Amino acid sequence: MAFINSIRDSYQAELEGIRGAGLFKEERYIHSPQGAEIEVEFRVGSKPRECINVCANNYLGLSSHPEVIAAAHAGLDSRGYGMSSVRFICGTQDIHRELENRLTEFLGTEDTLLFPSCMDANCGFFEACLNEQDVMIADRLVHASIVDGMRLCKAMQDTFKHSDMEHLEEKLAEHMDKRRRIVLTDGVFSMDGDMAKLDQIVELAEKYDAMVFLDDSHATGFIGKTGRGTQEHCGVLGQIDVITTTLGKAMGGASGGCVSGRRELVEMCRQRARPYLFSNSVPPVIVAAALKVIELISRTTERRDKLEWNAKYWRGLLKDAGFDIKEGESPIVPVMLYDAKLAQDFARDLFTEGVYAVGFFFPVVPKGQARIRTQLSAAHEKHHLDFAIEAFKKVGKKYGILGLGKKELMARCAP
Amino acid sequence: MDDLTKMVCDYVRREYLEEDDERVITEDTHLITGGIVDSFSMVSLKRFLEKKYHIQIPDAAATPEAFDTVRSIVALVHRFQKVPVNA
Repeated sequence: MAFINSIRDSYQAELEGIRGAGLFKEERYIHSPQGAEIEVEFRVGSKPRECINVCANNYLGLSSHPEVIAAAHAGLDSRGYGMSSVRFICGTQDIHRELENRLTEFLGTEDTLLFPSCMDANCGFFEACLNEQDVMIADRLVHASIVDGMRLCKAMQDTFKHSDMEHLEEKLAEHMDKRRRIVLTDGVFSMDGDMAKLDQIVELAEKYDAMVFLDDSHATGFIGKTGRGTQEHCGVLGQIDVITTTLGKAMGGASGGCVSGRRELVEMCRQRARPYLFSNSVPPVIVAAALKVIELISRTTERRDKLEWNAKYWRGLLKDAGFDIKEGESPIVPVMLYDAKLAQDFARDLFTEGVYAVGFFFPVVPKGQARIRTQLSAAHEKHHLDFAIEAFKKVGKKYGILGLGKKELMARCAP
Repeated sequence: MDDLTKMVCDYVRREYLEEDDERVITEDTHLITGGIVDSFSMVSLKRFLEKKYHIQIPDAAATPEAFDTVRSIVALVHRFQKVPVNA
């Protein structure tokens, strides 16, 4: 044992630094299944209280859906609990391949490979498929897991200003000397809720012989008329070379992710992607439940239609109340406060009023861009949103921010 | 402001600020700690300097501290202009 006092002290000092900077994260214990109404213990040790949840990625409300739970039970009974193996030794069951095939059909791609999470898919893809002769050109607001994946890869890294197609074109032109170019983007950006200009990205990629990589985690299952994601919304179904996405949000919300796209790229991942090669198979219970999720969302668009309605209704309520929100069409609706302390105080007061939402501030979002990120679900009923807006209005009134525009709100920021 | 300083200021403004961003970039504006350039996007600045001034900045020298202000970036360029490329 070498965890001597000086080492312990050094870690404690580092943790104190995080606390002092106001960046210390605390978990809140939920005593109920995931849903529109949850029971939350916050602070730890206090009596759990019921509240409306507006911060889950449970977009389609399938996290605790009875048919999904039943399918998970059936999977557990028929295929067991764990595989005790990575995929290529003895960890691949028939249902793993069946799920990959269903995802391929659903996403309109050529092949799919499951990963333990989309974080793993993003961390594994680039290193497996690119090298120093290539270049990766990423939107500056892509998810942290893509940034990590790029760091693990020897290909040249470059970035373009968020959704700025002129800047992307400049970068593509600049890198014509590279063997392969790949443009990286999220479909729906998780912090702002806006969508990639995927049709324009595809057009530029064709012009400059580049591949397109899309992380559609905040879109699969509900964006686009049949929930095929941003590629459907932007009219470029089947034209994206690589899609990574998650089963951990709209698609049941447990865990698991995938790389789906051109056959050769998927096969390269099967041969070389380290998170796939060196971590256990997705558990059978999750695979069985995910198969049910795809069946449910292929049967009807009712849930994504309801989510679309909820998102529109909620955006309207916030605007009418005088909040400054990020415009968009997705069910991610950021309420802009700009000031980090206000975002934290606002979230705490919302909880007192029975609404569970979280404040986001630097380094998760740029400095001076603090916000409450609200997320809608098909599990929300109109009365949940009517309740939540009253809480938002009450807290907004308390801080005197209703009706203030961006400039006025920013002027109130603590220096 | 000398030519090199002006060139770096202009590049930072063009590469990292949105058109409606009214922030002024001076020699001492904190780029990384000020949240204007993140370490992820810093690589394009490094490559711009290498290409423009025919230098090689080793990764070990391309620290967030060295890229935090235009003044420190200019010092970095001067330092490596004295080192022959491929040395």
